[in-house]
Amino acid sequence: MHLAAHFPGVNSTTVWTDPRSRSQIDFSSFEHLARTAERGRFDFFFLAEGLRLREHNGRIHDLDVVGRPESLTVLNALAAVTERLGLAATVNATFNEPYELARRLATLDHLSAGRAAWNVVTSSDAFTGENFRRGGYLDRADLPQVLGSARTGGTPYTRAAEFVATARELWDSWTPDGTSRPFTHTGQHFEISGEFTVPRSPQGHPVVIQAGDSGEGREFAASTADVIFTRHGTLEAGRAFYADVKARLAAYGRQPDDLKIMPGVTVVLGDTDAEAQENAAEIRRLQVSPQNAILALEQVWGRDLSSYDPDGPLPDIDPDLGSDLVQGRVRVADPLAVAAKWRALSEAKGLSIRRTVIESTARQSFIGSPETVAADLEKFVATDAADGFILVPHLTPGGLDDFVDRVVPLLQERGAFRSEYTGSTLRSHLGLAEPVWKG
Amino acid sequence: MSAIRPLHLAAEIGGPPRYDAASHVALARLAEGGALDFVTLNDSFARPGPDALAVLARVAPATTRIGLVPTVTTTHTEPFHVSSAVATLDWVSKGRAGWQTDVSTTEAEARLFGRRAAAPPAALWQEAGEVADVGARLWDSWEDDAEIRDVATGRFVDRDKLHYVDFEGSTFSVRGPAIVPRPPQGRPVTVIDGTSGPAREAAARHADVVLVRATSPEQAAALADELRRGAAAHGRDPDSLRVLVALTVDLGDAETTPEPGLESGPQLAGRGTYFRGGPVDLAELITQWHRGGAVDGFHLTPITPERDLERIVNGTVALLQHRSLFRTFYPGGTLREHLGLSRPANRHAPARTAGGTS
Ligand SMILES: Cc1cc2nc3c(=O)[nH]c(=O)nc-3n(C[C@H](O)[C@H](O)[C@H](O)COP(=O)(O)O)c2cc1C
Repeated sequence: MHLAAHFPGVNSTTVWTDPRSRSQIDFSSFEHLARTAERGRFDFFFLAEGLRLREHNGRIHDLDVVGRPESLTVLNALAAVTERLGLAATVNATFNEPYELARRLATLDHLSAGRAAWNVVTSSDAFTGENFRRGGYLDRADLPQVLGSARTGGTPYTRAAEFVATARELWDSWTPDGTSRPFTHTGQHFEISGEFTVPRSPQGHPVVIQAGDSGEGREFAASTADVIFTRHGTLEAGRAFYADVKARLAAYGRQPDDLKIMPGVTVVLGDTDAEAQENAAEIRRLQVSPQNAILALEQVWGRDLSSYDPDGPLPDIDPDLGSDLVQGRVRVADPLAVAAKWRALSEAKGLSIRRTVIESTARQSFIGSPETVAADLEKFVATDAADGFILVPHLTPGGLDDFVDRVVPLLQERGAFRSEYTGSTLRSHLGLAEPVWKG
Repeated sequence: MSAIRPLHLAAEIGGPPRYDAASHVALARLAEGGALDFVTLNDSFARPGPDALAVLARVAPATTRIGLVPTVTTTHTEPFHVSSAVATLDWVSKGRAGWQTDVSTTEAEARLFGRRAAAPPAALWQEAGEVADVGARLWDSWEDDAEIRDVATGRFVDRDKLHYVDFEGSTFSVRGPAIVPRPPQGRPVTVIDGTSGPAREAAARHADVVLVRATSPEQAAALADELRRGAAAHGRDPDSLRVLVALTVDLGDAETTPEPGLESGPQLAGRGTYFRGGPVDLAELITQWHRGGAVDGFHLTPITPERDLERIVNGTVALLQHRSLFRTFYPGGTLREHLGLSRPANRHAPARTAGGTS
């Protein structure tokens, strides 16, 4: 089983109102969570990314945590206070350039002695693009217009795939015995040449993680990633996803073990299963404040519903399908279907807006006593629903303290998780082979 | 410039490329032992070596007081990413970050990115100035007290204290606000090597610390005057500029050929000014130039960091400290405090207290 720690922050699950909640910016918070993860012998520590502050109804979203430091800089600093823990940065493939990013990733791999990972994300909307030279022309809606024009066309994933391939060409431009050779890359998105300034790093290539769920995203992961970060956190959905993605590997000459599937999951503990359920309900209540309930509703309805009472009934108007009320976060796939489902739930159980949102948006994966949770985690791995988990705590930075103190020892006793690191690089933790040098 | 101001000392810890953390940490700690204001780490996309900002982020938790100033290139990079990374260096070092703004002029560097051709220095420094400008605006885009964590209203931030920058530069635009909250120093320290004309323009306008090259105190004083006049012309307080003489230092022959006094001191070599002699000679030179009020201090680039930085700290600096010309400890915690620079007020805050909305 592989385990990773997701730093809580800009999302709708982090409970900043808890009195134990500390800064999401101060280095001490990152240090605390990373040291906890290393104490628990985790594979890696994970940072998400967002390149523009989220907006709601034309204004900066102010109900969740806002603000975060830049990932690679934080991870380089964390390399100083940890020894074995993998260090994974989410970095966008649309608003960066291969030469610079390959250099920064190789640097992290050197400075951490082989612990670097890159989570390749592809967000490419014009909204985020307003902060960058590249601007918004990779917006999905605009894609047909730019397809075919040299070095601008393609989907976010064609750029991401060429980006990763180019980075690997740069990492391979130094021979394993330390000689630099000039590189030339000519492709649809990049035409670059020169000499890479960083020798081959301890892992050869930093570990590549992919986060995304479409067919194209899965194909990209199957062809090129070492780890896939998914949201499929239930047993059934996990198994289906696992089977689908692993089946895609053969086409690329890869073995099932070459790609680790790690869903992002939450864990709520209690001394007993019943107490854990109570704790989970309380966390849901804190996550969905009255203000957040209205906001969640507005995200589905695409309308300003600020005049509605969170303790009252759902609106009887229909969602506005052309709305751009929400900016900078994943859109609700089919607002009409979601609205219909929420209405049905609310009517069947007589639920208010807030209770409906609490029940509909719950994504708590593992709830129970340490024994229950350890058994459930093991079951997921044993039955091919996952190779491991990216744990998403709801508290900064102490959110994994209990898990590491109470669940990890049980997993170790069961022989389901390592008791000591056996290697020093992230690749060795993940059981991934050294990449073959392609000179 | 009549009153003698405190002496400031900085050192480059680059040299031959090294890719491990240990050597950089050792050099930064050595410099910190001498209470130097800051260390720099030179960088460019074309020369062998790791990413300098990353290295100094790695050094940050392994040091406690010394300022950390990587070279950051503004030519082929994204201003938004650059400002986030520098702000983050300030966060992870608890207020010890700076950045030496630089440009990439060569065709070889342009080809590494393939986005545009090489441009003349004047255009690149114009752009670098815009990057410095948008950086400062992004660092100000969060007011210091924007994070409110108001449980009663459920609001994490006061969005009236977050500001779009809507910057339109000649080669880029940035909407903002920053994703990183305002860093501990308000704005990390901007260092510019003002040796070339176009860079001097940008320095007068945007830099907190300017590096100059001179072979005599008179020449250094003239350059410092020019920079301060330039700063004033841009509406800045000329006293908020620190002018340091950049010296490449070779203390290698000290034991074998002791050279008396200043005969060993700076000669113009290529682009830079070169000092060769013993640690005591260097202390003499620093004392004389600084006593005359010509400059605020020195930025020393040891030609062999391991050897020369040790001699600078244990020889030159120890002597200056003995003569009470240089501090023996850090009275403050941030790089701005070492340099005697105040924490910049946020450009948005006064408008609010004056009753403006935003
Ligand atoms: C589990 C998961 C985590 C993600 N994390 C990030 C992130 O931190 N930053 C980001 O910009 N995008 C993130 N994404 C968005 C993806 O990179 C991608 O843009 C999005 O899922 C659309 O691709 P798809 O259609 O293949 O799912 C994440 C996606 C998933 C599924």
